[in-house]
Amino acid sequence: MNPRTLYRKLVDSHTVARLDEQNVLLFCDLHLMNEYTSPQAFAGLHEKHRAVAMPGQNVAVVSHIIPTHATVPRVIRDPASALQASILKRNCARHNIALFDTDDALQGIEHIIAPEHGMIRPGMVVICGDSHTTTYGALGALGFGIGTSEVEHVLATQTLVYRMAQEMRIRVDGRLPVGTTSKDLILMIISRIGAQGARGYAIEFCGSAIDALSVEARFTLCNMAVEAGARGALIAPDAAAIDYVLQRAPDIDSSMRTAALAHWSTLNSDACAMFDVEHRFDATDVAPYVTWGTSPDQAIPITDTVPLVEGAHEGSIAKAMRYTGLEAGMSLEGLPVQHVFIGSCTNARIEDLREVAEVVKGRRVAPNLRAMVVPGSGAVKAQAEAEGIAQVLIDAGFEWRQPGCSMCLAMNDDVLEPGQRCASTTNRNFEGRQGRGAITHLMSPAMAAAAALAGHITDVRQLGALHA
Amino acid sequence: MRDKHLIEGIAAPLDIANLDTDQIMPKQFLRGIDKEGLDKGLLWDLRFDGEGRERAEFVLNRPEFVDTSVLVCGPNFGCGSSREHAVWGLQQYGIEAVIAPGFGEIFYSNAMNNGLLAVMLPMADAAALLAQACDSAVPLRIEIDILERVVRAGGQESSFALSDRHQRMLLDGLDMIGASLTHASDIADFTRRHWAQQPWVRDVARRTKQRLERR
Repeated sequence: MNPRTLYRKLVDSHTVARLDEQNVLLFCDLHLMNEYTSPQAFAGLHEKHRAVAMPGQNVAVVSHIIPTHATVPRVIRDPASALQASILKRNCARHNIALFDTDDALQGIEHIIAPEHGMIRPGMVVICGDSHTTTYGALGALGFGIGTSEVEHVLATQTLVYRMAQEMRIRVDGRLPVGTTSKDLILMIISRIGAQGARGYAIEFCGSAIDALSVEARFTLCNMAVEAGARGALIAPDAAAIDYVLQRAPDIDSSMRTAALAHWSTLNSDACAMFDVEHRFDATDVAPYVTWGTSPDQAIPITDTVPLVEGAHEGSIAKAMRYTGLEAGMSLEGLPVQHVFIGSCTNARIEDLREVAEVVKGRRVAPNLRAMVVPGSGAVKAQAEAEGIAQVLIDAGFEWRQPGCSMCLAMNDDVLEPGQRCASTTNRNFEGRQGRGAITHLMSPAMAAAAALAGHITDVRQLGALHA
Repeated sequence: MRDKHLIEGIAAPLDIANLDTDQIMPKQFLRGIDKEGLDKGLLWDLRFDGEGRERAEFVLNRPEFVDTSVLVCGPNFGCGSSREHAVWGLQQYGIEAVIAPGFGEIFYSNAMNNGLLAVMLPMADAAALLAQACDSAVPLRIEIDILERVVRAGGQESSFALSDRHQRMLLDGLDMIGASLTHASDIADFTRRHWAQQPWVRDVARRTKQRLERR
């Protein structure tokens, strides 16, 4: 057999039928649903009197619309959103689909709860009506986002009509400098290859810098690959990934462990496998990255200044600068922020919160600034409370809130006012994303923590020195 | 009635790179349980100011563009969120085709699954067409031939790539789920084999939730 990439192995092992040159009928091991991209899919299914093909391969969670106030029980006051949650509950009950409901202690963001409870296993195909499903590549599972028509298709058939992607390998060698994270790395990569630099491609990340990342840091990396347009983002599962899964999936007991390990050991690209495109980056080039514009590729190291862009799409660049109130040549260092948001499927896991606590311990959030921490899930929240992280954050002046997507996309009541500038650990700095007229600067959790203390965007590496 | 393989009408230029689905359909319009009323939310922040007043200068608000049925756009149209509401909103507003040098991948699939034609032109052709639409004294009229896979405007003609499958879906309105269900026995055979080889993925969602509830 010809040498194959990891991506190709995953697609081949899930191909039910070859439909034509470009398309296969792809089996999907796990389908995650949320309250806002699924109701029309269920309605379509009901209209055609179709059944859910394999309910046990589907799971749903109320994640996007849920308020994050620290009140118990959790109540969704917005009537339309409350209806979405109740419809999801009804649909799940009707079709015998597992649901993490509004008041489930383990409720959280889809892409955080699925791996943390061992639902994501190497070699799976995982889809969800949410673009950040690329996250699961960190465990060697092919994950990607789908639209509502496809949600309906998966419900009815547990398969998708899948157009094959082209293949890209991104090799990152070297060590990430102190004070930088996989968030900074992915922002650097996106800034270099562009917001459509991986459009049409499934990426495989490899290299010594990737191997050295924790599994949670790999989630962050793969999560944001979609911001370069990627249709998937894979990392071949190593011992760290397999340990992560086995610790969380006790059902993979001794009776099947040998077979599982044998299968997972095949999940890598063959030595001579060909990629359509290859990129190489040096991890030692990474600095704390911050976005200056309204597209995730408009990012610079905190030590740089907003670039002067001429030529093609000058108009779009000028529009972005008008929106963010910045000009070429300006530094982001010292730029005042009115809000800090730490959360989202990109950066709301326990390691992220530990990094934030490390920076803020014994310090205070700047006056006239609102700083929120929204843990990614009930389990993350409980762990942070048990480790004393929550208290560190509360003592520093952060709001410690309930889990959900929250201000990443501001579909609930966590919305910024026009003109407010936010240091955010999220994944998109689109115009109006966190509120109409609000300005988002994407950065790592440590950088957002530093901004919260300083009241302005600042280099977390300098902050450390100041207090030493 | 027009021929089914022809889309003909006024083309409005939107010279914006990376026009994401958050901008095409903002969050406040995603709270429904059906697909209704999304024409209202289309490109909301571009069409209306903070007080909800129409922005007179925005192309779709100009009287000569009231019958727009085609958008000519910059690169990476529809990037970002998977929300299919963006496609539903475009269609409800009366848009039948969007022309761009490239589309967000999920948006492209969503468009095809709903019969909204996403025309991917080579970069140079797309840029020329956008310039033509921006510079035209009167709204540019465009004809798109799905059968021939060409865009015609102002005496110019450009070819675009469109897979046979998507072409059939646009022309015949293929029921994709119905078509896939004809593979039901293939799916059943596949699943039997797959679960014999990888029993740890069978019922993974249900079994995990049950385990968590027993804790």
